Amino acid sequence: MPLLEARDVHGGYGSMNILNGVNMTLEADEVGVIVGPNGAGKSTMLKAIFGQLHVNQGEILLLGEPIHNLPPNKLVQRGMGFIPQEKNIFPSLSVQENLEMGAFLKPHNVKRMLAQVYDFFPPLYEKRRQPAGELSGGQRQMVAMGRALMAEPSLLLLDEPTAGLSPLYMNDIFDRVKEINAAGVGILMVEQNAKQALAIADKGFVLAAGQNRFTDTGEALLADPEVAKSFLGG
Amino acid sequence: MNELVFFINNVVVAGSVSGSIYAIGAVGVTLIFSIMRFAHFAHADVMTFGALMVLLLSTAFPAAGASIGIPTALIMLPLAMVLTAALAVGIDKVFYKPLRAHGVKPIVMVIGSLGVTLILQGLIRLFAGTGGQSLYVDDRKEIFRLALPFEDVRVPVVITEPQLYLFVITLVAVIALHLFLNRSRLGKAMRAMSDNPELAQASGINTNLIVAVTWVIAGGLAAIAGTLLSLDVTFKPDLSFFLLLPIFAAAIVGGVGHPYGAIAGGFVVGFAESLAVFNWNILLRPFRDSFPAWLELPTDLAFVSTEYKIVVPFFILVAILIWRPTGLFKGKVI
Repeated sequence: MPLLEARDVHGGYGSMNILNGVNMTLEADEVGVIVGPNGAGKSTMLKAIFGQLHVNQGEILLLGEPIHNLPPNKLVQRGMGFIPQEKNIFPSLSVQENLEMGAFLKPHNVKRMLAQVYDFFPPLYEKRRQPAGELSGGQRQMVAMGRALMAEPSLLLLDEPTAGLSPLYMNDIFDRVKEINAAGVGILMVEQNAKQALAIADKGFVLAAGQNRFTDTGEALLADPEVAKSFLGG
Repeated sequence: MNELVFFINNVVVAGSVSGSIYAIGAVGVTLIFSIMRFAHFAHADVMTFGALMVLLLSTAFPAAGASIGIPTALIMLPLAMVLTAALAVGIDKVFYKPLRAHGVKPIVMVIGSLGVTLILQGLIRLFAGTGGQSLYVDDRKEIFRLALPFEDVRVPVVITEPQLYLFVITLVAVIALHLFLNRSRLGKAMRAMSDNPELAQASGINTNLIVAVTWVIAGGLAAIAGTLLSLDVTFKPDLSFFLLLPIFAAAIVGGVGHPYGAIAGGFVVGFAESLAVFNWNILLRPFRDSFPAWLELPTDLAFVSTEYKIVVPFFILVAILIWRPTGLFKGKVI
């Protein structure tokens, strides 16, 4: 049974549809990457999966169970984690408090997960008492990822995790994503840096005008001359 | 030295008393704003309601305190806090929650809270009448006169029993709030929701629960402040007129959304009030001989007379909004 399955998803704000029939399948151990031009509905699709956008038609299944139009806190309980592109930390809370909030629904797990997250992101341990709002962009992204990992998700949604980061940090974030995936977490992320993202993707979804234009393995999409010409800048 | 004692009585003690009351009220206003993003104008009436609960309970069981030796009103305070917290949660359920569910603008919530003010004032008058009443129903208000150990001091420092209780209870409330916000899981979640409500929800935090907790804390603190003020002076159904402006001035001075700012703001407003009505002539009196002969000081050298005390928070409010709208602690702008 696939971890995540989206069938013919239509949705948007009010009666205006931004998504016009998106299909996706992601297995439990896979990294899925959504790419496409601006306004294609990439982030909108992520929001639809995370219950922040009304799905008007079609269905979204998590491990075979329909989840579309469930509120975000119910989805967190079912093992989904979401890292928004912007405002993805609590700026006035300390780094450690940010992480603790990630495990809000599993308070008995806090100690064990804190140790794991600090092990995974050593710089966060050094700054654990500092307000998260004072950290650099790359470290904030670590806090955001750490917060989501605290809930031990089985599926992690990331909205443009490398937006606004320097190339150095960008590669670091992609490495981290691969590591998280290797630990058994399914990943679905939206990315502007399509080439680098597809290089680590098991599955790639190229969206345009709210529909799938190409769906294949990351490798195959990178090799496809048509995809390269239209969506990867040649 | 007598002049200094006069200053302590009229500025230090009086300022600390009203400062403590404003601080506790302003914390409620600032917590409600940081979680629900609206100015809760009915808060001063929630404070009066808390005092009314104490009045009704003390009237029903007037002898409860005498057996242990503390004022009956203080024994009734915890119960009044529970009732006031329940009222605050109830008001939210009936009036504010439906408005939030419709996604109305904050100004609609503010006008809604003005409606709640009118309802509460009507209810309070229904049960307490329109006159003033002492919260010391069956016991006597102790007054402590502390003579300073200097030879020429004839005037004692005067502190009343309710003022002492006020200082102790304010200190306990502030420490308890600090521990709650920084140590407890719910308190941290409250700060998280104040920081970033969408991310709080995306982290699985039950935002309805946080809203309810906010009302419980704000309501409980309001009962404390209203009761201690009524103990110090008397219970009046229109107490809120003298509280609303100072507590909002305090919350804004401290930076809206900052609980510690609200506490600091409460004392700023309280001391500003007592400094403004203090007759400075008294402090200058010992130096009268060294003034040039042509200089005749007026006998009343206060900035404003006591009847106009309420203009002080109003002035502070206007000044802060013009020159530093985010307040001393860089809060949000209402």
